[in-house]
Amino acid sequence: MREVRAPAAAPPRLSLTGLFFRRGARQVLREVTLDVSAGEILGLLGPNGAGKSTLFAILAGLLPGATGSLCLDGQPLEPGGRAFRAAAGIVFQSSCLDAKLSARENLRLSAALHLVPRRVARERSALLLSGAGLAHRAREPVEQLSGGLRRRVELCRALVHEPSILVMDEPTTGLDAASFHAFWAEVETRRREQGLTVIVATHRPEEAERCDRLVVLSEGAVVANETPAALRARIRGDVVVIEADRPSEVAEVVGRRLGLKATLVEENAVHVDHEAGHELVPRIVEAFPAGRLRAVSIRRPTLADAYLALTGDPLETEPPGAAA
Amino acid sequence: MRAPDAVLAGLARPAAEPASHRLSRLRSFNLDLATVRVLWWRDLVRFFRQPSRLVGALGQPIIFWLVIGSGMSGTFHYGAGAGTGTGYLAFFYPGVVVMVVLFAAIFTTLSVIEDRHRGFLQSVLAGPGSRLAVVLGKALGSASVALSQAALFLALAPAAGFRFRAVSWPLLGAALLLVALALAAIGFAVAWAVDSPQGYHAIQMTLLVPLWVLSGAMFPVPSDRPGLALLMRLDPVSYAVSAVRRALAGPGAPGALPGSAGRDLLVSTTFAAFALLLAVLASRRAPRP
Repeated sequence: MREVRAPAAAPPRLSLTGLFFRRGARQVLREVTLDVSAGEILGLLGPNGAGKSTLFAILAGLLPGATGSLCLDGQPLEPGGRAFRAAAGIVFQSSCLDAKLSARENLRLSAALHLVPRRVARERSALLLSGAGLAHRAREPVEQLSGGLRRRVELCRALVHEPSILVMDEPTTGLDAASFHAFWAEVETRRREQGLTVIVATHRPEEAERCDRLVVLSEGAVVANETPAALRARIRGDVVVIEADRPSEVAEVVGRRLGLKATLVEENAVHVDHEAGHELVPRIVEAFPAGRLRAVSIRRPTLADAYLALTGDPLETEPPGAAA
Repeated sequence: MRAPDAVLAGLARPAAEPASHRLSRLRSFNLDLATVRVLWWRDLVRFFRQPSRLVGALGQPIIFWLVIGSGMSGTFHYGAGAGTGTGYLAFFYPGVVVMVVLFAAIFTTLSVIEDRHRGFLQSVLAGPGSRLAVVLGKALGSASVALSQAALFLALAPAAGFRFRAVSWPLLGAALLLVALALAAIGFAVAWAVDSPQGYHAIQMTLLVPLWVLSGAMFPVPSDRPGLALLMRLDPVSYAVSAVRRALAGPGAPGALPGSAGRDLLVSTTFAAFALLLAVLASRRAPRP
């Protein structure tokens, strides 16, 4: 009996090599190279303007003019070209459902776009919608659904032609915690049951935590490519957060008296990364006269901290949930 | 044991060598056809599901026709002397039919701006169809809505003095379809290039509305103003209006341009082809950041 060939040598599901994109005089993407294995969830992490939305738009075929190569299952395809779009499922940050049509109609239209036979499309959309807990609301116009439910329809829409890779751009923007978890539970289920491969652009630390691996983008270039745990481990120890009315003075004093690097983060907070935070807190408190500091707290580093340490830019424009 | 070997090899192959992702020419063509069908169907369904749009589609041209028509009827005389000539209501009616098509095209392509950034069109653009298919689907959808609105208004043709049995429906349908496609394609190109509703309206009011005013819809080509007459002859919409006049009132219809219906349709076809080309070129441009 011949031996069954081992699938270990299989090429990555998606691989991008040396992707460049220029807009006017600005180089938006600089030699972006990354691989996504089958069944992997890859996060593209970076704040607005880092290039992740540009990368998404190129993959979705909305931005022509990128140079570099794309391979899907080892087959070279035009980045964002029709063949790639036919194989991918795409979830946009903003809705791309027709609000006047029902969830079921939206799914069937999307299936028709991908030439899914009508009978298969009917069965599959029923299955997807009931899996998302939407069976009883499948006939209502989408505009009558809540934001969280609409997002789930959006996910079903992107999956109705059984894509080999799901590409998402900040898919949970504006969702509350419950809807966020429901959305990702859906993605996880598909991954577990069908080996779905996912590439997701995000600036939400809690979304990045759900990825198997993170590609960190800063000013259009890949500056890190590792697991969330490895990224967090770049900061050893703790983060000490100092809140004060004049944070720049506080940062300066910490630097001069304690010889530590303090980073201004938000309007009135300063971060100090330190291996032994609990020893540092009393020294900071003693270094300032009473009343100068509003609060000094200590916490485990998050992905947002790691991103800040890596690039010098905050991950989120709005203040991150510091108490997490 | 040959058979189990073959079975095993057959089972193992899909895992090691996934199906080709490249699209055959036939599949590309079928994907384009699907894209056209989906966009077309969607515009029609949206139109017929909104009763307010149906009412507006009929009410607005009737008011326009009756108000301007009766206001002008006292001063307007066409053909031989007073009494034997055509009344203004009858003269203006074919022009209002084309106006219905024009406004429908402006209205349905305005939605492209919103739809492209946060709407259904996004998913079609990121779908497997080509840009040409997107333009054709949207233009056909918009033209079908325009023709449906025109059909509603044409139910009033007898009130304007045109008998249904005397109307050349194939000529009427062809002329309206061509001008609807052309105006929808121009609307699409403008919406794509301008990318803001305010800018879109500004351009449509200075581009499409004059095309209609100069088309002979409101007044015939004047014999004593060569400059204006030339402009009207250069206006491609004039030939659609002319064809509609011929379809409703015969080859020598009052207000029709000298020439034949065939020439009218030829110019309209060229107009539609150019407009569609313009829309395809526009749609290949990247959106602004």
